[in-house]
Parts: sequence; C-alpha cells; structure tokens
Amino acid sequence: MLYRSVTAVLAAAAAACAFTGVAAATDLEVTHWWTSGGEAAAVGEFAKAFDATGNRWVDGAIAGSGGTARPIMISRITGGDPMGATQFNHGRQAEELIQAGLMRDLTDIATKEKWTEIVRPKSLLDSCTVDGKIYCVPVNIHSWQWLWLSNDAFAKAGVPVPKTWDEYVAAAPALEKAGIVPLAVGGQPWQAAGAFDVLMAAVGGTDAFLKVYKDKDKDFAAGPEIAKVFKAADDARKMAKNTNVQDWNQATNMVITGKAGGQIMGDWAQGEFQVAGQVAGKDYTCLPGLGVNPVIATGGDAFYFPLLKDPEKAKAQEVLAETLLNPQTQVAFNLKKGSLPVRGDVDLNAANDCMKKGLDILAKGDVIPWTDQLLSQDSQKQKEDLFSEFFAKQDMSIEDAQKRFADIIASAD
Amino acid sequence: MNIATKSPTIAADADGDTGPRGPKPKRTLSRRNIIVYGTLLVAAIYYLLPLYVMIVTSLKGMPEIRLGNIFSPPLEITFEPWIKAWSSACTGLNCDGLSRGFWNSVRITVPSVVLSIAIASVNGYALANWRFKGSEFFFTILIVGAFIPYQVMLYPIVIILREIGLYGSLSGLVIVHSIFGMPILTLLFRNYFTSMPEELFKAARVDGAGFWGIYLRIMLPMSLPIFVVAVIIQITGIWNDFLFGVVYTRPETYPMTVQLNNIVNSVQGVKEYNVNMAATLITGLVPLIVYFVSGKLFVRGIAAGAVKG
Amino acid sequence: MVVRRVNARQHIDERSPMSESQTRPPSRLLRNLNAKIASIPMILTAVVVFAGGTAWTVLYSFTNSKLLPRLNFVGLDQYTRLWAAPRWLVSIENLLIYGVLSLIFSLVVGFVLAALLDQKIRFENTFRTIFLYPFALSFIVTGLVWQWLLNPEHGIQSVVRGLGWTSFSFDPLYNSEIVIYGILIAALWQGTGLVMCLMLAGLRGIDEDIWKAARVDGIPMWRTYLFIVIPMMRPVFVTTLVIIASGIVKVYDLVVAQTSGGPGIASEVPAKYVYDYMFFAQNLGQGFAASTMMLLSVVIVIVPWAYLEFGRRRRA
Repeated sequence: MLYRSVTAVLAAAAAACAFTGVAAATDLEVTHWWTSGGEAAAVGEFAKAFDATGNRWVDGAIAGSGGTARPIMISRITGGDPMGATQFNHGRQAEELIQAGLMRDLTDIATKEKWTEIVRPKSLLDSCTVDGKIYCVPVNIHSWQWLWLSNDAFAKAGVPVPKTWDEYVAAAPALEKAGIVPLAVGGQPWQAAGAFDVLMAAVGGTDAFLKVYKDKDKDFAAGPEIAKVFKAADDARKMAKNTNVQDWNQATNMVITGKAGGQIMGDWAQGEFQVAGQVAGKDYTCLPGLGVNPVIATGGDAFYFPLLKDPEKAKAQEVLAETLLNPQTQVAFNLKKGSLPVRGDVDLNAANDCMKKGLDILAKGDVIPWTDQLLSQDSQKQKEDLFSEFFAKQDMSIEDAQKRFADIIASAD
Repeated sequence: MNIATKSPTIAADADGDTGPRGPKPKRTLSRRNIIVYGTLLVAAIYYLLPLYVMIVTSLKGMPEIRLGNIFSPPLEITFEPWIKAWSSACTGLNCDGLSRGFWNSVRITVPSVVLSIAIASVNGYALANWRFKGSEFFFTILIVGAFIPYQVMLYPIVIILREIGLYGSLSGLVIVHSIFGMPILTLLFRNYFTSMPEELFKAARVDGAGFWGIYLRIMLPMSLPIFVVAVIIQITGIWNDFLFGVVYTRPETYPMTVQLNNIVNSVQGVKEYNVNMAATLITGLVPLIVYFVSGKLFVRGIAAGAVKG
Repeated sequence: MVVRRVNARQHIDERSPMSESQTRPPSRLLRNLNAKIASIPMILTAVVVFAGGTAWTVLYSFTNSKLLPRLNFVGLDQYTRLWAAPRWLVSIENLLIYGVLSLIFSLVVGFVLAALLDQKIRFENTFRTIFLYPFALSFIVTGLVWQWLLNPEHGIQSVVRGLGWTSFSFDPLYNSEIVIYGILIAALWQGTGLVMCLMLAGLRGIDEDIWKAARVDGIPMWRTYLFIVIPMMRPVFVTTLVIIASGIVKVYDLVVAQTSGGPGIASEVPAKYVYDYMFFAQNLGQGFAASTMMLLSVVIVIVPWAYLEFGRRRRA
C-alpha cells in the first residue's frame, strides 16, 4: 500500500516536472546514433530544415554506434513509448517491427511525393518495402568500398601513393620502416567484418560477393576463389597489427595525422577528413573498390516512423518524411555527411573529388547491395565475431577462418 | 563470546567506538610498523594513482596532453575542460554538456533511493521479526535474483512495465531501481534487524504494539547506521546507472551518465581526454562527496549490517 | 566456536514462534497479516520479476525468436549453436579465470588491508577513505580510467619507457593472452575497498577478549587470524561473497568500457554475449539460451547454499 501510494505520488510529481511549458509547434523526437563530428554536423541540417517547417526537432542522439542505440530504440518501440522517428540502417534491421505492425506505412506520402520516380537507385526503396508497402525514408547512400590513404604517410615512407590494393600491400614494409602503421583497423568488431566484406567485393569480385552473400552458397564460400579473399584479409591483418585504437574515427584520425598509411572504411570517413580541414586529392587519396573493382554498395541510413496515436505528431511525421527527401536538405545533409544523396536530380557542384568518383560509379550503375540488406543481423554478428577474432589473433590460420566462415554462410538467413 | 549472543549492546556498539580495537601493538617505529605503513602506502598509491591522473589530465590543455606523460602535473592549469564538460560538450545536436542531465539524475536518484530503502527495510524487518510460512523461500529467490545479469531481465521488464502502463515514465524507472536494489538491501536490513536485542521487541509486543508500531517507533529510530549504508550503496548504484536510465526513460529524463557516455563515446575528431576526464569527475562528484562526508558512518553501518549472517 | 554459533542461532530463533503464538489469529492466512501485507512488494518482485522473468526467459530460449519474442519452438537448437560458438567458449573461460581470481584477490587484499587498518594505526580514516573511494565511481568510469592508464602510447608503459627502460612492455589491454588480467586490475581497484570495509567491520566485531586470550596463550598473530578470527567472521564472509560473486557473474560495463571485448574476442564475457545477441544480433532466442545457461550455473551453485544459509534458521 505504501508502495502504491508512493508510486502514485511519484508519478504525479514526474508528470508535473516533465511537461512544463506549452509547445506551440509539434515536437517530434528523433533518435539516431550520429554523434561524431561530421555526423553531428550533418544531422544538424535535417534539424534545421525540419524546424523551418514550424515544428521542432527534439534530438535523441545516443552515442556508441548502432549496437548501443538500437536496443534502446527497439525497447522504446516495443515498450509502447515510441519516438517520433528513428534511424536504422535500411535493410533488415526493422523487418520484424514492421511485421508486428508497430511502424507506420508511408505508402500514401510516397505516392503523393512520387518517391518511386525520384529515389535512385531503385533498390534503396525496395529495401524499405515490405509486402508492397513503403515503411522508411532512405536519406543517403553509404558505401563501404573505400580505401583512404594518407598522402603524407606515403611521402614520409618514400613510396608513391598506391593505386590498387596490391600496390598498397607491396608498400607496407616501407611504411612500417618509417614507423607508420600501414593499415588502421579499429578494435570495434564491425570494422574488421566490414573490411573483409570490402575485400570480398574487390578481390573476389562482384559475382563472388553475390554468390556468397546473396545465394549463400556454402561450397563456393569454402572454395579456392574465396581462399584468395582470405589471403588478402591475412595481408590486411598483418598490416593492421599495431593499430591499438577502438573507434573508427580514431582510426581515421590516424590516417589524417599520418600515423597510419590508410584505412578501409565507408565514405562516412570523409566527414572526418572534412572536419579536419583536409582536401581530397591533396592531403588524402581515396580508392573506391580498393582500386580493383570500383563498385558502390547501396547501403545507407533510413528513417522509420513508429505508429503514433497523437494525430498532431502523425502530421509532423509526414512533414519530416517530406523534409528528409527535399532536394536542398538532401544536398546540405549529404555534403556534410560525406555520403551520396538518394535522388539523382540534385545539384552537387559542391561535391569534392571523392564524392564525384562515387557519383560517377553510381551513374554508371555499378552498384551492389550491401550485407546489411542481404544478411540478417544475426549472421552479421557471427561474421563480426569471426573477423574481429581473425584480425586480433595473428596465429589463427586462414584455413580455419575460412571453414568457420563457410559454416556461417551455410546457416545464414 | 560471539558478539551476537550478548548483544543488547550491538547497535550501540556499532554506533559507538569505531576506533581500532585489534591486537595491541607497541607504539614504536618497529620493523613491524614499517611493514604495516609501507604496505598501506603502496596500496594507497595504487588506489590514488587513477584519481591523480584524472585530475591532472582534466586540468591540462590538449597540446600538453599530446606531448607530456600522463603523470606529470599540468604546466599550465586550465579549467576549460571542466567548463566544457559541464556546459558545452556535444552529443549529437545538444551541446549543453552534463548540465542537462544533472537534475534528471537527482530526480531519478532521490525517489529511487527513498522507495527502495523503504521497501527493503520493511522486508528485512518482516524477515527478521515476523517470519511467516514461505518468507524464507521468497527471500532465497530474491538472493538468487541478485545474481541474474541485468541484461537478461531487460526484456521481461519492458513487458511488465508496458502492461502496467509505466513504460518510459520516471515512476517506471524508480520501480526498476527498487526491484534491483532489493536483494542486497533486504539482506543487509534483515541481518541488521536480526542482530537487534530481542528484549526490545518482546517488550513492545507485551505492550500491545503491532507490526507497524514496532517498526516505526522502535526499529526505525535504532537503525541509523544501516540506513546510512543503504543510502550510500543506493546513491552510488543509481547515480552511476546507465543501462536502466537509458532503456526505461525518454531523452527528456535521461540521467547524467547517459550524457557522460555520449561525451566519452562520441569522438568529434580527436579524443579530448581532458574533457572526458573532467566529465568523469563531475559525474562521480556526487557519490564521492557522499562518501567523504559519511565515511565513518559507513563502516559503522556495515559493521552492523554485515557482521551477522 | 561452533557450539557458540549454534547457541546464537537458537537464541534468535525463539523469537518468531513466540510472536506468532501470542497473537494466534483465527485463520492461518490471517496470522501475521501485517507482515504479509508489508512483504507484498518483496513477494511480487521475487515471484513476478525474478522467478517469472526467469521462467519466461527459459521458455523463449527454446524458440527461434529474433527481434521480437515469438513462441515458435525449435527444441535445443539454440543451445547446440551456443556451445559450438567459439566466442561463447572464450566467454566462459574468461569468466572462470576472472571469477576465481577476483574472488581470491578481493578477499585476500580486502582482508589484509582491513587487518592492517585494524592495527591501531594513525590516519586510519584517511587510508580507509582512499581505499573506499573508487567504489563511488561507476564501472564505466573505472573502465575508462584504466584504459587510459594501460594504454601503451600514453600510460604506464610509455612513462616507464620514458624513464629509460625502453624495452619495458606493459600493454595488457592490447595483448589477447593477458587482457583479462588488465580487466581484473581495474575491477579490483574498484571493488576491494568495499570488501575491506566489510572485513574491517567484521574485525571490529571480534571481542577484545579473544585477542587477550590468544596473547596469553602465546599464539602467534597470524595463527590467531587464520584459525580463530577468520572462522568467527563467517557471517561477514557470507555477505561479502554474495556481493562479490553477484558482481562477477554480472560483469559487463567494465569490459565494454575498457576493451569492448577485444582484442578480437579475447576479453568477451557471458553477460556481453547475452546482450550482444539479444539486441545487436537481434536473435533473442540465442541470447535467452545463453542467459539460461548463466542462470543454470548460478542456480546450481547458489540455491543449495542459499537454502542452507538462509533457510535453516527456521528449522533449528
């Protein structure tokens, strides 16, 4: 009894404290995990654009990458206290929330705004579609296939900046001699797994990539072609041995400061170079597809909208959905984020060298789906466990690793 | 004689003399003293080193950190990192540092501490003096519950809170803290009340006092030390909690630790160790102050609550 | 000593039967009614949250639930996969090493420090505060500070190298072989203060006469501690064990803050496996299976002991 009355009092007190001040415009809470320098600057563009519509963007940033943030977001949605909108990587992360009827169907807005015509490549919108209905707004295209090289580091080591992966591997001893870590791979598990997938697409080629991750062909995954990829991964782990940092942007920072020769990382790393005031082509070089197989994976971020009861907020959700795809917002956001816009009809004169390379590849249609779209989070996590172990344990044999990899592919869904 | 058996004095005993009572050494600078103080000093260095590094680092500027070693005192003392950590470090778009979460932490901690201790003290009292059939059984479950990793309970609790309609509210979080504080606190209170002189209890029963009467008029006034322990343990635990704070509330009510995590984990360019250290110290300040103020009472209370099993 | 303990127990036990017999209300259920009402929060917590939550978790560990819990049973599949996962095996091994060492070291260090403080020393309060203050800091903070101290480029290693010993190597957090010890150093730093306090309180509860008698009999001090004092402090050790052991099983934040389980998977722990698979991999079934295994081991160890420790009083 004591318990109950105390709770009641507290609830009343909490209510009194929480809702002071009358909101004129509709507040919409948006959760995301964009907290690094470049990311925060980019998301600020969304907030600015949304605020300009007379509503208010309530920022719910949760630091520590998607692994920390997603459980919180999912608990909120399933716990019956959803936010106004939330970031996910589009693909399969939100699949079950949609099936459980917790997310809002955006098909009406999409038809009204003709998303099917403006969003390109089309595969982006497909990732948002479940049973013919659209549930998310893709906001950018992120591709993993980049090798970022520090021009300074190579100058210091006295070797030319490499143009392909093989040249890079060949230059590694010279870098090491100059006291430079040849390749920076941060300690977070997803970085090792991502680097491997990039090697798979570059060294193995697009067909091999699709055969393994899309068709889940386990015999092929255990075969000689993939053994080549593991050989490359073995080179990579030797080059990355002395990285000793955790976060991806700390690893990027090693490239920026010339402590590391290069980093395999998605185009979001570009935002960090920009914040540091570096210029593409002059201070750093980027090689899409590791200079071997220039393709762009159409992974990326998307916003999902939980089903809300409050009609005011539901209205604000529509406004936000439109704002996110607005041409000006797209340009402003993507320039800061270092990613590519999801619509082809925007003017990107301000884009730098690396982004232009990306846009060219996109225009040629050399795109592949990314592992976030092809594999479940469960398989992704198993892959991460494997590769973070592989990169950290220099004595783990290539054969063992490949066998375990094939097992994961065999049970993948 | 075991002290529990002759213990009308136990409460007073625990309250009173905390001075050293162990074996009596001779007061000389003997070899033994050198060993004793030597060991204590070495241990003290191990315990103080991290605090020293934190303070020193938080007072340095970034260039100095990059050059110097972490143990050297700051050449030029700057309070910039402290100011930044408190009022302008960024998480996503919110650049108001830890100040944002401070009052939330207070609003979460105060009711949680009060409620969890109220419940646990009544539990302990019932378990010590008013056993009923099954009471020990429930207590055993509770103790086993102390070993369940919080992560395992996250999902069931989301469901429970959703069903009673408290998900996302401050009262929901208060209940969660009370639940997870219950095992250890109940154990402490139960042990403490068991060690109280039973003559008091008997006399009160003869006078016709009931369950609540005895609790409020006799037990409560005599249990200051154990309340101090409970308050310290709970303030520390709840103030430092990150997981529950972030999962069971909403951004308006996120505690300070969430901002701390955000500041520390959202690297904007170079890792600003000085700001991180300042933020860490600021966040730890409240429990630290509680410790320094109540240090003596803490040991007394522990003596009273833990000594008897 | 044993005799004395039994006496103590009986003494205390007289209490509850007496209180019940005095009132003797009409129905069994109504007897002690206020106590039962007051215990409702405890009973609810024990039954609904701990027992209910556990049962729920066990039930769903036999399903293939992904992001959301679903009753789609797949038998023991999750368990087969769990015990085949290298990361789980590493986690178990780490927990064992960490658990055993942290138990031993916390008890030994805590006891030795308490015994030293109990020697009528000067500045006792200062020393005690120094040993206790890390307990006020969260594991996240502890992890960060020690990550910083153990970082080879800034921390202890670079300082020692700077003093001229250039081959000195101390980088536990970046060496798979010893990373778990790096975590242990930080855990002990944070936790031994509390153990010391508990032990000190226990030592203060030892009757002065014991020491006098031991001295008269000419028993050396270490023997007095080992064979007389420590056995008398059994209750303190019990409370301490509950506190330390429950902390060990739950170790999570510290690892996340210090190493995130790395390098590779070298410092993974079970609680982190559970969390990662439940929420990161969105495979609730797998996470529940792992947590069921954790619970099972806890139950096997704790329940018989807890029952003996806390249940037998009633029957004495």
